[in-house]
Formats: sequence, C-alpha cells, structure tokens
Amino acid sequence: MTKLLEWISVTSAVLAVWCSLVGGYVKHKFIDENMNFILVSPIIFVILFGLYAVTVVLYRTFTFNNCEEAAIQLKAEILEAKKDLHDKGLRW
Amino acid sequence: MATTALDSEITQSDKYSILLPTYNERENLPIIIWLIIKYLDNSCYDYEVIIIDDGSPDGTLEVAKQLQKLYGSNKILLRPREKKLGLGTAYIHGMQHATGNFIIIMDSDLSHHPQFIPKFIELQKKHDYDLVSGTRYKDGGGVYGWDFKRKLISRGANFITQLLLRPNASDLTGSFRLYKKDILQKLIDSCVSKGYVFQMEMIIRARQLDYTIGEVPITFVDRVYGESKLGGSEILQFAKALLYLFATT
Ligand SMILES: Nc1nc2c(ncn2[C@@H]2O[C@H](COP(=O)(O)OP(=O)(O)OP(=O)(O)O)[C@@H](O)[C@H]2O)c(=O)[nH]1
Ligand SMILES: [Mg+2]
Repeated sequence: MTKLLEWISVTSAVLAVWCSLVGGYVKHKFIDENMNFILVSPIIFVILFGLYAVTVVLYRTFTFNNCEEAAIQLKAEILEAKKDLHDKGLRW
Repeated sequence: MATTALDSEITQSDKYSILLPTYNERENLPIIIWLIIKYLDNSCYDYEVIIIDDGSPDGTLEVAKQLQKLYGSNKILLRPREKKLGLGTAYIHGMQHATGNFIIIMDSDLSHHPQFIPKFIELQKKHDYDLVSGTRYKDGGGVYGWDFKRKLISRGANFITQLLLRPNASDLTGSFRLYKKDILQKLIDSCVSKGYVFQMEMIIRARQLDYTIGEVPITFVDRVYGESKLGGSEILQFAKALLYLFATT
C-alpha cells in the first residue's frame, strides 16, 4: 500500500466516525452534551498539530548542532594537506 | 571453525570503491584525495578512488592526473566524461568501472569528511547492513556554515518528509553513503528521478525493498572553495519528488 493510500484510509476512517457522531447515528447522552466540541474537533486537531509541527521545527532549527570544531579541524587539515602536496611536487 | 576461516577470507577480500564526482573542484580535489589517503591508509581496508570528472572548464582533470601519478593508478582511477551530464549518471558511470564489492558515494567539495568512512565500514560490518547513510540530523551530527534560513528550510523539509514517507533514515538528501554494490545497482535500476532528489529516492526505494539501513552521524562543513552548482529550483524539485514518492511508494 502506498503512503498516499495509507493516509487516505486512516483519514476516511476517522472522518467516518466523526460523521456518525455528528449525524446522530450514535445516540448517547455524553455525545449530545458535547456536540459543539465534537463539531469543531477536526479544526482543533489541525490547529494543535500545526502548533506541534511549528514548535518541533523551530526547536530543531535552534538546536541544530553547529560543528565549530569540525570546521576548525578541517581548516587545519587543509593547510597540512596543501603543504604536504606542495612538498611532493603537486601544483594546482 | 570452518565458517570462521571462511568469514575472515571474505572480510579479507572486501574492497571499497569510492566514487568522487567532480565538476569544477580543482581547489578541493587534491585535499579530499589527501584526506581519503590519510584516513584509509591508517585503517587496513582495501580501496580505490574513482574520479568522475565531467569536462570541468577549470581543469580539474589535469589535477586529477597529477594526483594519479603521485598516488598510483591502482588507487586513483580516472573515468572522465566529455561534458556535464549530471550527478545521477556520474554515479552509474563510475560504478561500471568499480572493482570493489562495496561502493562509497561522497561529494568532493570537502563537506563530506573522509574521517567518517572507516566508521561507515565498521558499522556495516558489525550489522551486515545493505547500506549505511551519513546523517546530519542525529546525535552528534550537524552542519557548519548554514544561516538560520537554510537550517529552517532543511529542518522543515525533513519534518514533512518524515511525516509523509516515514523512511528508516533521518537524512534523506545527504549523499554520503556506503552501499553493497549489488544493492546499489538494484536501487539505481528502480529509481526514476534525476538530479539531486535522486539521493532521496534511493533511500525511499531501499525502505520499499526492505534493505537494512545503518546511520552514522556526520559533521557537514559547507564548501569552502568554489560555487554551489545547484540552483534555486532545489525546493521545487524536492517538493515534486516528495509528492511523487508519497503517491507511488
Ligand atoms: N561529474 C559530475 N559531478 C558533479 C556534477 N554536478 C555536481 N557534481 C559534483 O557533485 C558533488 C555535489 O555537488 P555540489 O555542487 O557540492 O552540490 P551540493 O552539495 O548540493 O551543493 P553545495 O555544496 O551547497 O554547493 C560535488 O563534488 C560536485 O563537484 C555533474 O554534473 N557531474
Ligand atoms: Mg556540496
């Protein structure tokens, strides 16, 4: 199954449950009392997920490891390489 | 006892072919070769470096020839092509001439440090992985020389990709990897995209074909010398490839 089909099947399963609740196919006192929340719950879910995504991406951006030491090491090795290759007669 | 002897025999004959595609890397090529020699001669692995130059106008090939003279033509192989035919086909071209049973792919612009190659090899041996990928996004890995915008785009793209494709790897667009040769051949055969998204497709196909993937954190130091060859269409290409793979794998 492709990822697209996986997404479509999960989303439609969730929406089917939501529709049956909103359409009144399932009767329960609890559902009637919380109907307003059930109606807007998909929107709330999308907003919450968006916030989660933004937080995670920003957090990872700010904590993205800056390899200062690797850069310093590389610079030193470049100098060493140039000198050694020059001594061996390489010109470029 | 017999198996142990056989195992060590197989280990003995392991050979690593390092593919180095170059386009206008005159400044970088001698240094990357020097570093490869430095880190691989310290370990006892059998290896060769295959330089695939696409007719660079800056004379990269001429420097490559000097390096071949210096280090020997059994270690440095030159497989140049007439003109710039792109990165994807450069790997295919190089692989056709590889004599190793493992292939290592890396950039020649010094952003991929050869010090990680022995780590790739050790990890592969330990778990017999089909491929080992360098990762900038996990423990100890990282980047140098990226501004906030580039980090943000990179992290954002990575987040979306992980969400939609759930690959078994954290760095999809990186191109510092070790493959079993026959596995790489099969992956290349199953890939349709060209250009830089090719790297991403390769690792997604690997997941699809149930190949095992190991990861080594790498530090990625942005190129010091020379111009970036990949233009602003990167993001668009990436988005297209992402949607394509989302719908088909
Ligand atoms: N043979 C060959 N090599 C290429 C070609 N295009 C790029 N390369 C090489 O492929 C490697 C990766 O290219 P880069 O330009 O560094 O791409 P990048 O790493 O995504 O971009 P920057 O590092 O930001 O410039 C380098 O070693 C280039 O020299 C090509 O058409 N043919
Ligand atoms: Mg590069």
